[in-house]
Amino acid sequence: MSTTLHNPPLLAVRDLCVEFATRKGTVNAVRSVNLQVAKGETLGIVGESGSGKSVTSYAVMRILDRAGRIAAGRIEFGGMRLHDADEPMMSDLRGREISMIFQNPRAALNPIRPVGKQIEDVLIRHAQATRDRAKEKAIEALAKVRIRDPEARYHAYPFELSGGMCQRVVIAIALACKPQLLIADEPTTGLDVTTQKAVMELVRELTRSEGMSTLLITHDLGLAGEYCDRIIVMEKGAVVEQQDTRGLFAAPAHPYTRRLIRSTPHAARNIRDLLPEDLRLPPLPPLQVGAEPLLEVKDLVREYAPPGGLLQRLRGRGDAQPFRAVDGISFSIARGESVGLVGESGCGKSTTSAMVMRLLDATSGSIRFKGRELTTVPSGRFAGSPLRRELQMVFQDPHESLNPRSTAAQSIADPLLRLEGMTDAAAIRDRVEALAAQVGLPLELLDRLPHQLSGGQKARVGIARAIATKPELLILDEPTAALDVSVQAVVLNLLADLKAEFGMSYLFVSHDLEVVRLLCDRVIVMRAGRIVEEGPSARVLSDPQAEYTRELLSAIPRPAHLAGHAAANRAVST
Amino acid sequence: MTDAVYTPQLAGAKRSSAWSRGLAHFRYVMTSNPVTFLAFALLAGMIVIALFGPMLVPHDPLATISDKALKPPSAEHWFGTDQLGRDVFSRVIVATRLDLLISVSAVALSFFVGAAMGACAGYWGGWFDKLSGRLLDTIMAFPLFVLAMGIVAAAGNTIQNIVIATAIINLPFYARVARAEVSIRRHAGYVQAARLSGNSELRILIMKIMPNTLPPMMVQLSLNMGWAILNAAGLSFIGLGVRPPTAEWGIMVAEGANYIVSGEWWLALFPGAALMLAVFTFNLLGDSLRDLVDPQRRT
Repeated sequence: MSTTLHNPPLLAVRDLCVEFATRKGTVNAVRSVNLQVAKGETLGIVGESGSGKSVTSYAVMRILDRAGRIAAGRIEFGGMRLHDADEPMMSDLRGREISMIFQNPRAALNPIRPVGKQIEDVLIRHAQATRDRAKEKAIEALAKVRIRDPEARYHAYPFELSGGMCQRVVIAIALACKPQLLIADEPTTGLDVTTQKAVMELVRELTRSEGMSTLLITHDLGLAGEYCDRIIVMEKGAVVEQQDTRGLFAAPAHPYTRRLIRSTPHAARNIRDLLPEDLRLPPLPPLQVGAEPLLEVKDLVREYAPPGGLLQRLRGRGDAQPFRAVDGISFSIARGESVGLVGESGCGKSTTSAMVMRLLDATSGSIRFKGRELTTVPSGRFAGSPLRRELQMVFQDPHESLNPRSTAAQSIADPLLRLEGMTDAAAIRDRVEALAAQVGLPLELLDRLPHQLSGGQKARVGIARAIATKPELLILDEPTAALDVSVQAVVLNLLADLKAEFGMSYLFVSHDLEVVRLLCDRVIVMRAGRIVEEGPSARVLSDPQAEYTRELLSAIPRPAHLAGHAAANRAVST
Repeated sequence: MTDAVYTPQLAGAKRSSAWSRGLAHFRYVMTSNPVTFLAFALLAGMIVIALFGPMLVPHDPLATISDKALKPPSAEHWFGTDQLGRDVFSRVIVATRLDLLISVSAVALSFFVGAAMGACAGYWGGWFDKLSGRLLDTIMAFPLFVLAMGIVAAAGNTIQNIVIATAIINLPFYARVARAEVSIRRHAGYVQAARLSGNSELRILIMKIMPNTLPPMMVQLSLNMGWAILNAAGLSFIGLGVRPPTAEWGIMVAEGANYIVSGEWWLALFPGAALMLAVFTFNLLGDSLRDLVDPQRRT
């Protein structure tokens, strides 16, 4: 916006329209989008899934898939016309002038080529290095993205590196030729918060020192707020708002932006604050926690055998220590209580929940549910146990947890058929429809297959299936991780309402401390298979005792403007 | 979520439309790709001929008329006559039933046995996986046609044995596809969810995982079908299959081959063309069958 005629923008997109030819006819994925990126500027494009933010960047890179085409508009980059550039010209520009970082770093790297070689390929392709000097330059590039011991890592294959390391390599490849524009498409989705912080700060530092422009595409308003100079908000293929970051958070002009800011958990005081203002639900009734514990976990351990085959055992190397995914943890959940289990990937929180759910056998330790020991029944035979219907779970990926061949109604009816022994088709249908109504799933969607439903609708089907047998303990394994923030807001409220209605206990497994703060009474922080901190969520989040909890909290992107907004929000609502 | 109004009309209407949606999907798959339509039209034609062919043919396929031997195609005998004066057209038509019967039953047998073996191996692993894997490797170690020849030669020259031999040599393909497809879905989210819903392990395997492995299995099925027809005809061709005077494409090609040198090309050409058309049809069918059984292709 601030760019003037004297200072032409690096990238200018005018009235861009992108169409996709599909079975149902033409879909307008991007509708007359205008945007400009000045030299050295970081522009954020924020929007939920289907907003056209990624398609816009693909159009700039001219990497739309075959069904898509630029229907109208102009894309100019440093005076060059990209919208009608031919393929040889584009392939020369990609990587040299415009680079891209993708969402899944592991998928973006060639799995059977050492990472150093992959950096060399780009350097040689764009004549930035000769063959004999390429290795030296590649190691230099690895050192620049702060990979420790770059000479050794040069020979590493992508599978030998962690997700964060892989993303650093991808950044090294993207920046190897010193491009003028870096497009980062959800660069940290799927990474832990502490890794996200490290990666984003690295990108910011490198682009600043080289004077590069960045186009950051993200669904996370907090992330965009912390790292961008200016933000564009997109909805359904169109730009709804375009402002500098401070202005956007201080005075969002468009109702969609306001809704988006509202549904971001950082600003909310309680779970109802996430919902749009016009959707006022009654406040939640006060929590009723029973005195006796519903679930008691004691010294729970899960070990995995160390790698090594027959040969190693024969050689007498059988003394390798088994890997302890869960290392002797103890906690309890009272009736009606919801407990958050927080930690980064690999901390053992999913293994713990699988053991409590009896999907996985514990190596040692005890799990008592309503005073009865669960570990005596092996997980393979727990399906026949009368306690099965008391313990249910909502899975992380709503899409993957639904059978692609079953309609929504069939998925919800499955526990009724197997655990309740219902046989009358009409009675089952009635129950399924009642459950669908409870989770707010429109009845006409019940006969659809999973791929015909949206993410939020699939999440509702998963929740309806989990509460079908009225379980006493429900484990929620990152139930909103794959959902847009506005959908997350609705689903979290639904979960809170269901809990109040049925008096269930929740074990809420998550990496997102902000979400846990809103939904849970108590929080357990795990690291490397052990519990590092435990306590009431308000206390743990405001006054963390453990060093690791503090680190986790400080890694959450929390732009100052957003905090101000939250304060204002609080002032208004009280 | 407070709105729990039950709307029976809407639900009833939706329930009855499951069939019509299936039909609409079939129509979509048919019309979206002309090759698919051609494949299904050819298949339908072959099935009609197999069912009603013997009633429709102009001549008795086994009746020999010695003064009409080796006559070229004419208005009366469209495909000419063979060395014994039998009508080649009638014989080609009548043979469709036998050839399809052999190949369909052989492929069905190896499909079910192979799918069951592979699914158990992929789901539970362990000793059964190792044992069945080595067994299949052993079958694959032989040249497959020679193995089929050996089985038929040893067990006796009957249609039943041809079916079994063809089924055995096709077994590894199904078992391997099924094993791979099951083992990648073994830990899928919906399988875990099915466990939580109280399904037994066997039920999960049969009702939840197996149907999802159908699309790749269908491709394998139709490709193998053409192969099985060729295999059955091949066994007959070398004299190890169906015996004369039964009408069968393989024997007809074998018998006719002797006369090509002396210029009587129609004896071998027409059954050969029928064989080719059948194999062609099944190969075309592969992708369209996958499209039909894959729920993701529906919108």
